[in-house]
Amino acid sequence: MRHPQGGERRPWRFGLLTALAVLVVMAVVVSVAAAKPTARGATVKVGLITKDATNPFFVKMHAGANAAASKAGAELIYAAGKSSSDNAGQITAIENMVTAGVKGILITVADAKAENAAIAQARAKGVLVIALDSPTSPTTAVDALFATNNFNAGVFIGKYARAATKGRKVTIAMLDEHAGSSVGALRHNGFLKGFGIKKNDKQIACVANGGGQQTQSQPAMENCLQKNPNINVLYTINEPSAAGAWTALKNAGKKPNGVTIVSVDGGCAGVRNVRAGIIDATSQQYPLRMASLGVAAVVKFANGGAKASGYTDTGLNLIAKKPLKGVPSKSVKYGLANCWG
Amino acid sequence: MGPTGTLQLVRRVITAPTVGPFIALVVTMAFFSLKTDRFFQAENFSLVLQQVMIVGVLAIGQTLVILTAGIDLSVGTVMALGQVIMTKLAVANGVPALPALLLGILVCVGFGVLHGGLVTGVRLPPFIITLGTLNIAFALTHIISNDLTFTGLPKLELFWGRTFNISGTDFTYGVVLMLVLYALAWYGLNQTAWGRHVYATGDNREAARLTGINTDRVLLSVYTLAGLSYGIAAWLLIGRTQVGDPNAGQTTENLDSITAVVLGGTSLFGGRGTIIGTLIGALIVGVFRNGLTLIGVSVIYQYLVTGILVILAVSVDQFLHRRSG
Repeated sequence: MRHPQGGERRPWRFGLLTALAVLVVMAVVVSVAAAKPTARGATVKVGLITKDATNPFFVKMHAGANAAASKAGAELIYAAGKSSSDNAGQITAIENMVTAGVKGILITVADAKAENAAIAQARAKGVLVIALDSPTSPTTAVDALFATNNFNAGVFIGKYARAATKGRKVTIAMLDEHAGSSVGALRHNGFLKGFGIKKNDKQIACVANGGGQQTQSQPAMENCLQKNPNINVLYTINEPSAAGAWTALKNAGKKPNGVTIVSVDGGCAGVRNVRAGIIDATSQQYPLRMASLGVAAVVKFANGGAKASGYTDTGLNLIAKKPLKGVPSKSVKYGLANCWG
Repeated sequence: MGPTGTLQLVRRVITAPTVGPFIALVVTMAFFSLKTDRFFQAENFSLVLQQVMIVGVLAIGQTLVILTAGIDLSVGTVMALGQVIMTKLAVANGVPALPALLLGILVCVGFGVLHGGLVTGVRLPPFIITLGTLNIAFALTHIISNDLTFTGLPKLELFWGRTFNISGTDFTYGVVLMLVLYALAWYGLNQTAWGRHVYATGDNREAARLTGINTDRVLLSVYTLAGLSYGIAAWLLIGRTQVGDPNAGQTTENLDSITAVVLGGTSLFGGRGTIIGTLIGALIVGVFRNGLTLIGVSVIYQYLVTGILVILAVSVDQFLHRRSG
């Protein structure tokens, strides 16, 4: 080969070689990752799509689905959005799973409506779609819903907070997830019902969004305390949110024990916070059961059984360190034995 | 053509900037084809194209901006704003579909003009300007939508999600539009004086100005056209998801569009790169996401691979830049 430009080397040759080398390395990495023990051929494939991949609730759900799938001899394909509101990511995952040949998809939808079109396409191709944890709008967009009764989760802790503050003047703060969260609205309204107050009750001093996250809930609570330092009842959408709010209370020099904090989830960190007296009561839900019931339903359908339909309540228990009269609850010990995360 | 001519042709092909990304795409596709028989199917290719359609169109605007040595961080949220305006006007305010769509596109173009105006008029760095508009568009999206998801949209807004059939495979009209837009961008960049001016301005703004190019006008046109591409992407997004989604565009689209451009071999230093490379870059990301799911590997590996590829692509560019500069 002639070199009209003398000895000058082509920079792109270097680039190409590097590109190829790295691609080979990647191919090996991915092959190794892909070589996890999965039976080929007629294995039933089950898809699981969660809102994000890092929330302990979804981590546990993923683990539960994995265990149930390997027990049933099925193959689980997992995907998640990049954040809890990544609708485009969920739609792409649904499409790819249908192409991958899954018999059923279990999904915690990031939005009550935004995934409906993609779900409809999957169902049109004969895929069973079950919503886990978060309902779709309308509920008929999916074949079935396996979830906690989130309204009741709110009612339970509302009743507990009412009983805990009986006869006292209450000033309430409510830390929600974000606007448009179907789960968040159900828990919020359930709390109001359980506490026995209406939406615009004067005792509610502050309503703020903490995104269900500790780092966002702390400033939300700090601002609530600025607005009204007398807050003595605190509803939080979940336990990370309660933990963030507790830090705010502590930093503000408030005696956190003077504030009744209630929450929802029943994660292990949350139940430990109940034991530590940080959270007074929490409604425990069971993501593992959602996942294992979901996998079982898909396997049953794949083997010629009926399609799951309607709503299945996956159970709920109020966990409290100090049981109160008239409010049925389970002990911290029970909570720790059944917690997730 | 004599042997020397052939050799030169081969050399030109090998040294063309799109070859690296193209080889990466082919190797990736070959890899997945070997791993699963579900990958190499017309229906699956149609699916991958649908999945890269939004980022693909956003990346056209991003390519133009990066060719002028700029950057646009606001692409996703500006698109989201356009999309919410289009759907809210149609559903909640009873505006007919066409004016609603045009208004949405107009708002996106407006953001482009704003970017261009600030870059040329106030001489602010594009990074800072678009960091600002990223947040402005994000806030407006949530304020205007009131965090509601809009459904029950008019047919025209959903048009690009509709499909047509070629020998048993369904393709969406949106994919065709994306390819047409790429063809137009290619023509503009390669066959017109404007295109040469864009490259010249990106390569060396002062030198371009001294040769008589009105670089301010070039930059303004680039940012305005970029805004237009975000507006079109907004319409495509509605076709794809069939809803107006206030949470759209804020997670991955901004960085994904930059990733596509960089993977496609366009230099962040400006003045060097191709629009076809960007399409290939977008496809590489889409193929990885699709292929990994098909072989049952968690999508998280897509980010791992994309990360490695981006660093690699920028390293190659840096190497070239040093050589030539």
